[in-house]
Amino acid sequence: MSPTFQITVDDRPVECRAGETIAAALIRAGIDDWRTTRRGGTRRGLFCGIGVCFDCLVTVNGQPPVRACLATVRAGDRIEVGGGA
Amino acid sequence: MVPEESVVDLAVVGAGPAGLSGAITAADAGCQVAVLDLGARPGGQYWRHGDQSRIAGIHHHWETFRALRSRFDAHREAGRIEYLPEHAVWQVQRERPRGVVVRATAGERDPVPRTVRARTALIATGAHDRHVPFPGWTLPGVMAVGGAQALLKASQVVPGRRIVVAGTGPFLLSVADGLLRAGTRVVAVVEAAGARAYAREPRAVAAVPAKLAEAVGYAVSLARHRVPYLTGSAVVRVDGPDRVRSVTVEAVDRAWNVRPGRGRRLECDALAVGYGFVAQLELLLELGCATRLDRGGSLVVEVDSHQRTSVEGIYAAGEPTGVGGADLAVAEGALAGDAIAASLGRVGGLDGGAAGRARRDRRRLRSFARVLANAHPVPDGWRSWIEPDTQICRCEEVTVAEVNRAVALGARDARAVKLLARTGMGWCQGRICGTAVASLTAALHGREVEADELRDLCRRPLAQPVELGLLAGLGPGGRVTGGPPTAPASPGNMSHRTASDRGTIDSTTRSLAP
Amino acid sequence: MTYRVGVVSVHLASAATTRDAIVIGAGAVGAACAYYLAEAGLSVTVVDRGSVASGTTGAGEGNILVSDKEPGPELELALLSGRLWRELEAEVAGPAELERKGGLVVAPDVAALDRLGALAAAQTSAGVQTEAVAGDRLHELEPELAGDLPGAILYPQDMQVQPMLAAAHLLAAARARGAQVRLGEPVIALRRSGDRVTGVVTDRGELSAGAVVNATGAWASATAALAGVHVPVLPRRGFILVTEPLGTVIRHKVYDAAYVADVASSAAGLETSAVVEATKSGTVLIGASRERVGFDAEISTPVLTRLARQAIRLFPVLGRVRALRAYRGFRPYCPDHLPVIGPDPRAPGLWHACGHEGAGIGLAPATGWLIARCATGATPGLSLAPFAPERFGHADA
Repeated sequence: MSPTFQITVDDRPVECRAGETIAAALIRAGIDDWRTTRRGGTRRGLFCGIGVCFDCLVTVNGQPPVRACLATVRAGDRIEVGGGA
Repeated sequence: MVPEESVVDLAVVGAGPAGLSGAITAADAGCQVAVLDLGARPGGQYWRHGDQSRIAGIHHHWETFRALRSRFDAHREAGRIEYLPEHAVWQVQRERPRGVVVRATAGERDPVPRTVRARTALIATGAHDRHVPFPGWTLPGVMAVGGAQALLKASQVVPGRRIVVAGTGPFLLSVADGLLRAGTRVVAVVEAAGARAYAREPRAVAAVPAKLAEAVGYAVSLARHRVPYLTGSAVVRVDGPDRVRSVTVEAVDRAWNVRPGRGRRLECDALAVGYGFVAQLELLLELGCATRLDRGGSLVVEVDSHQRTSVEGIYAAGEPTGVGGADLAVAEGALAGDAIAASLGRVGGLDGGAAGRARRDRRRLRSFARVLANAHPVPDGWRSWIEPDTQICRCEEVTVAEVNRAVALGARDARAVKLLARTGMGWCQGRICGTAVASLTAALHGREVEADELRDLCRRPLAQPVELGLLAGLGPGGRVTGGPPTAPASPGNMSHRTASDRGTIDSTTRSLAP
Repeated sequence: MTYRVGVVSVHLASAATTRDAIVIGAGAVGAACAYYLAEAGLSVTVVDRGSVASGTTGAGEGNILVSDKEPGPELELALLSGRLWRELEAEVAGPAELERKGGLVVAPDVAALDRLGALAAAQTSAGVQTEAVAGDRLHELEPELAGDLPGAILYPQDMQVQPMLAAAHLLAAARARGAQVRLGEPVIALRRSGDRVTGVVTDRGELSAGAVVNATGAWASATAALAGVHVPVLPRRGFILVTEPLGTVIRHKVYDAAYVADVASSAAGLETSAVVEATKSGTVLIGASRERVGFDAEISTPVLTRLARQAIRLFPVLGRVRALRAYRGFRPYCPDHLPVIGPDPRAPGLWHACGHEGAGIGLAPATGWLIARCATGATPGLSLAPFAPERFGHADA
C-alpha cells in the first residue's frame, strides 16, 4: 500500500496516495466536478484525462490553475473546488 | 531565468511506445538522446501506470513494456538517454544551418523553462480521443474513454459505479474490460458501428491473430459479466441536470442517423465516450512537415520508409503517421531510431533481422489499422443528434446555433467559424472540438472537410500554454535587465510588490477564472 | 435574375447585369465600402476568394484609435471614422462587441513623458480629446500597471471592436441594403475595355461593373497589377500573443509611447513596443511588432520573447499568466504610411481602398464612406489628395 497523506478540499480533509494525480484523488473522494465555467456557470471536472482538454483545471494553494489530470498531489495541498457541493 | 539546456544527437518528443522504442534504438547505436514527455512516467497512454498496480490484467502487453523499460533505464544509467518527464514541449524549431531546438516547460506545477538542442528530432506525440458533441456531453461524469483508461491504469480509480462505455472502435472493449476487472459495473458498451464491421477484410484481420485473440477475450469478458454490447447504437443524449444520471441510447444506421423507435434510457453515473483518435500534429505542422488526409479523412504526417518527414532531420513515428495502435508505434519507433542513428553515422541500431521484422510488423499492422479505420468511420449522421443549444466547443461554451450563425455571416471554413464564433479559441485551442466544427461547417456548405481546413485547425505555434514570464526569460543572456524581475518559478513570490500589495495580486490571480 | 442560396446570391446571365460597383475583398475595408455604397443606393457585389475576414482583418486586434496618429491626413480620417463607428452602433458595432474603453499611452520615463505631452498637445489642437494622467493617478485607471511609471495620456475616444465580427456585420448590413456577396470566388483578372476597367473575371465567370474597388489589403499590389498600375502595398508582419481568459485585469488599451514612433517608422527591421489590451472574451492581447519580411509566416521566438517582456514591464501580474496562442498578421503598408483611397486616374474604373497598415479596422468606415461619396458624385468632405493612388507615379507594377 503506497503511503497516504492528507490534503484539504475546500477545507474538508481528503486522503490521497503519494504519487497520484489531483484528479484521481478528487474522483476517489467522490468529487467529480471542481471548476465553474465562465460563460454558463456550469461545472466541469475530468474529461480527456491526458492533459489535452484543460477542462480539469484546478486551483491549488491559490496558484494559477493546473491540469488536475497531470499535477501530482503534495501533502498539505489546499484545493479549491467550490460549486456548493 | 535562463533555461537549462542540453545538447544531444536526438530529441524525442513523447515517451509512449513510439518514443521509447525510437530513443532506445538510437541509444543502442550510441546516440545521445533526450526524451521529453508530458507524463510523469514513461509509457505514454497505452502503458500508463502508477506506482502500484493492484488490479490484475488492466495493463496490456506489459512484458513488452517491461523489456523496453529496462533497456530505457539501462541507457539512462549509462548516460545515453536523458529522460525529462513532466515536460510540456511548446515548440520545436529548426535552427540554421542545421539541427533543432526544443522548448519546453518543466513541471505542471511551478513550471520552469527547459531547452534541448539536437541534431535531429523524433516527434512521437501520440493521439487523443476524437469527439462528437451531443446534448449533455459537458455534464460532470462524462469523460473521454481515454480519460477513464488513464484513471484506471495510473491510479486504479474508477470514475463511477455504473458506467456506460460508448463511441466507436475496439478501444471501447479494452476500457470496458479494464473497468470490469476493477470491479465496477459496466451498464453497457454502445458501439456505433454495425456488428459486421470487420467482415469485409478477413485476410487483413487474420494476419494479426493476436488482435483477434484480444477481441475474443474482451467479448468473453463482457459476456461473463453480462454486459450488453449494443452495436449499431449510440448515446445521443445525457441527462443530468447536475451530473450524469442517465443516457439515451438510440439505434443508428450506417450513416449514424437515428433509427427511430428503438431508443432506451440507461441509468448510470458515468459515461466514457470516444470516437476514435486524432493525432497530435501541431509540432510537425509548425516545422513545415508535409501532411495529407488519409482515407478515413484524418490528417496524418507524411513519412517515408525510414520514418523521415518532408523536413530534413525531423522524423515521426506512431499515431502522427496514421492511428494504428501501440505495436505499430513500437515498430515505427524502432525504424525511426535506426534511421536516425544511420543518418548521424552511427551503426548498431537494429540488426538486419530486427530491421526486417520491424518492417514486416509495420506493413502488417498498418494494413490492420486500415481495416480498423474502415470498420470504424465517423460518418456525419451525428449531426442529427445535436440540438441548437448543444455545446460544440467545450472550452468557450460555443453552441451549435452560434456556429450556424457564423456560417450565415459568411464563414466558409472552420477557421472563419473560429474567428467569428470562438470555437477553438479556448484553452485546448481546438483539439477537442476541431474535427466536429470542421465537419459541421463543411456539411453546412455541402462539401467534405478539406485538408487545408484541418491543417489550419491543427496549427498551434504554441503547442502548450507558456507563462509569459517564461517566454520573457528566453533569448541570449536570458535575464531581464532593468524594470521588475520576470516572474520567478517558486509560488508566493510575486516580484517586487510589497506584502500588502501581494494580497491584491493573489486575489486577482484567484479571480483569473479558468 | 438572381436567387439566394443561403448567404450567397447566384447570378444568372451575370455578365449582362452590370453592377454599379464590385468590391474585391471581404475584409473590414471591403465590407465597409460595400455597406456605404449600398446605403447610398448603389448596386454592389462583393467578391472574395475566401471567407469574410480571411486576410489581415482576421489577424487584427480591432483597434479604433486616434491616439497613435500625429496630426495629419490619417488623423483626420481616424476622427471621421470614429464618429462613423459610433453611428454604426446598433447594426454593426454592437454585435461586433464595440468597447469605448479609451487608450492609455504610458511613458516609461520622464523624457518620454515630455515628448508624449508635446504630441498630445498637437493632437488636441487637431481635435483629439486628451487628458494628462500623473503617475500617482495611474492606478486609479489601471490598478495592475507597474508602479514606477511617471505618467500617461488618456485618450477617451479610443475604442476596440472584434474585427471579424465587425467585417461580418458590415457585410450583413450591406446585404440587407441589397449588396450581393460572393465568397470563395477568386478574381483572376479584370475586365477591360480599352483603358477602362469594366469588371472582374473570377474562376466562375465574368461580372461587369461601373467601378471596381480594390480592397484586397496585403494583396492590393497584385490586384492593382491586374490593371497594370503600381500601388506599392507591402506586408508588414506583426505577431500577437493571446493569453488565457482572465477576470478584469486590464481596462483600457494600454501601450507605451514608443508605439507611435514605430507606427510612423519605415524601418524594415524588427520594431516592437508594448501594447496590451483585454477583450470581451476575457483574453488579453499582447503586441506589437513590425517587420518587413515579406509573407514569411514562421513564428519568430525572439519576437514573442520581446512582446512578453514588454507586457510584463507594464503589467507585472502578467508574469504568471499563460499565453495560449500566438499568431501573425500582415499589415498592408504603403511607403508614406497613408492608405490609398479613391478612383485611379491611371486605370479609369478602378478604385482603391487599401494600404491601411495597422489601422484598417479603425479606418474602415471612413474609407467606405469616402468611396461612396465619390461614387455618388457628392463632395467627399475630406481631401482625398493625400490618399491618391496616382501619387505612386505611373511606373508599371
